[in-house]
Amino acid sequence: MLENLFVGIAHWLRALLGGTGILPVEITESIVFLVKLVAVLIFILLNALWLVYMERKVAAYMQARIGPNRVGPKGLLQTTCDIGKLISKEIIIPKNVDLVVFLLAPVLIFVPTLMVFAVIPLGKNMAALDLNIGLFYLLAIASVSSLFFWMAGWSSNSKYSLVGSMRVVAQMVSYELPLILSLLGVIMITGSLNMSAIIDAQTKVWFIFTQPIAFLIYFIAAVAETNRTPFCLVEGESEIIAGPYTEYGGMAFAMFFLAEYANIMVICAVTTIVFLGGWHAPFEAFAIGGAHVFTWIPSWVWFFLKMYALIFVVMWFRWTFPRIRVDQLMGFGWKVLVPLALANIFVTGIGIYIYKAIGW
Amino acid sequence: MINSIYSVLAFYGLATVIVVAAILVVLMRNIMHSVLFLAVTFIAMAGMFLLLDADFLAAVQILVYAGAVCIMLVFAIMVIRRTDMAETNLFNRQVLAGVGLTVLTLALGTIFGGRTAWTQLVTHEAVPKNTVQYIGAFMLSKYVIPFEVAALLLLVALVGAIVLARDEEVKDNAGTDDYS
Repeated sequence: MLENLFVGIAHWLRALLGGTGILPVEITESIVFLVKLVAVLIFILLNALWLVYMERKVAAYMQARIGPNRVGPKGLLQTTCDIGKLISKEIIIPKNVDLVVFLLAPVLIFVPTLMVFAVIPLGKNMAALDLNIGLFYLLAIASVSSLFFWMAGWSSNSKYSLVGSMRVVAQMVSYELPLILSLLGVIMITGSLNMSAIIDAQTKVWFIFTQPIAFLIYFIAAVAETNRTPFCLVEGESEIIAGPYTEYGGMAFAMFFLAEYANIMVICAVTTIVFLGGWHAPFEAFAIGGAHVFTWIPSWVWFFLKMYALIFVVMWFRWTFPRIRVDQLMGFGWKVLVPLALANIFVTGIGIYIYKAIGW
Repeated sequence: MINSIYSVLAFYGLATVIVVAAILVVLMRNIMHSVLFLAVTFIAMAGMFLLLDADFLAAVQILVYAGAVCIMLVFAIMVIRRTDMAETNLFNRQVLAGVGLTVLTLALGTIFGGRTAWTQLVTHEAVPKNTVQYIGAFMLSKYVIPFEVAALLLLVALVGAIVLARDEEVKDNAGTDDYS
């Protein structure tokens, strides 16, 4: 029952719309698809709301503080109030900004993230769109977002924004390479770019055990892609005053943070899918006494548990590591991660052939 | 594929976006705006590939052109940054050269367009659901020589870039004491 809750809702909606016989099939399918996408959007927004609160609570916990605790029970309504405050604020437009680009950037920054979520399977049969090239689509769309950061930084016409945006572009371009290369090992083993196929290949063993180096490279590069600490030099508050966002205020500023939290969700969801078995329960292939141990918990709950565990790790990074320098960043990306990822591909290729030759 | 009303509408919509954005790339006076319109053109081209059921090619178009080429252009422009960006993509008065080049391009386009046997290029089979495997197989069998040549060219360019960058670094450090 719970397992098929969301799939059931989609089927019910399709049956309801198709059953009337008035609407053509194309219109019915478009409406179902629209509902799916709106559900994804609401899901992202609710999660972002929760993540801001979680970040503050985690930070407080790491620093032996209490964190937000006044608004609502345990301070749970704090972020809701913050959103209200941000919406009511004026969006200040400085002199000499490139107006159209300046206003477009905070709107567009959210587009790639939303598009990427369309292919992420959040549970068994729960991808809004099960593309054949799912993983590649995700990488391609995500690569565009650096352009929007640059739009924000350049149009602001401020030196801090410009320096910050050039750092964003340099960092995202550099870390995209190890990111993609680290995923290649998994793609070689699976032989598919489809998210569902990658998850299916992990029924017995998760790829974190067969591709541990790829997992580490991917996770590091992904954290760098989201511009989080320790890779937050692009928005270093103490040196370039939040980088590309310096000149933004109110909701325009909040859009960037919304996109950042949504991006954290994306990278943690992808890590879950590619390395942690997606929506599969742990030890799903093994049955103790004829009964599966963990499968009574719905697949989407497993997905969220894994995703939130990883999100917690990302937040943990933020309050553990200091910010690294630009030259260290570039050196680490190009001299350590890229060669390591290439070596991983090489070893994986040999490993696949040995595996086939032994014929297990 | 091109028979439902939706695909026809999508084709003309995308075609309009591509042509208008491409013209604006030339007409914009600020070169940064030109780059942004170039990105719009590339993304609309990806939509065109999607319309032809070439989903992998569309993703490549976005990844390589919108994601990488535009960013590289941004880098190149930033390196030669001028104080006044508003007047960076101006027109010149080279009318004769411009007209000559346009006529030449149009003539070549017409000649090669007329020579191509379009009807034979259109396959009558359905497009396979998964195009990636076919592209991969073709790249390493029938088109292996062009593929390898392109790979070699990219490698040469990469090594060349590293050599250029290193040379400067060595010169910069030549005067100072080594602090490694």
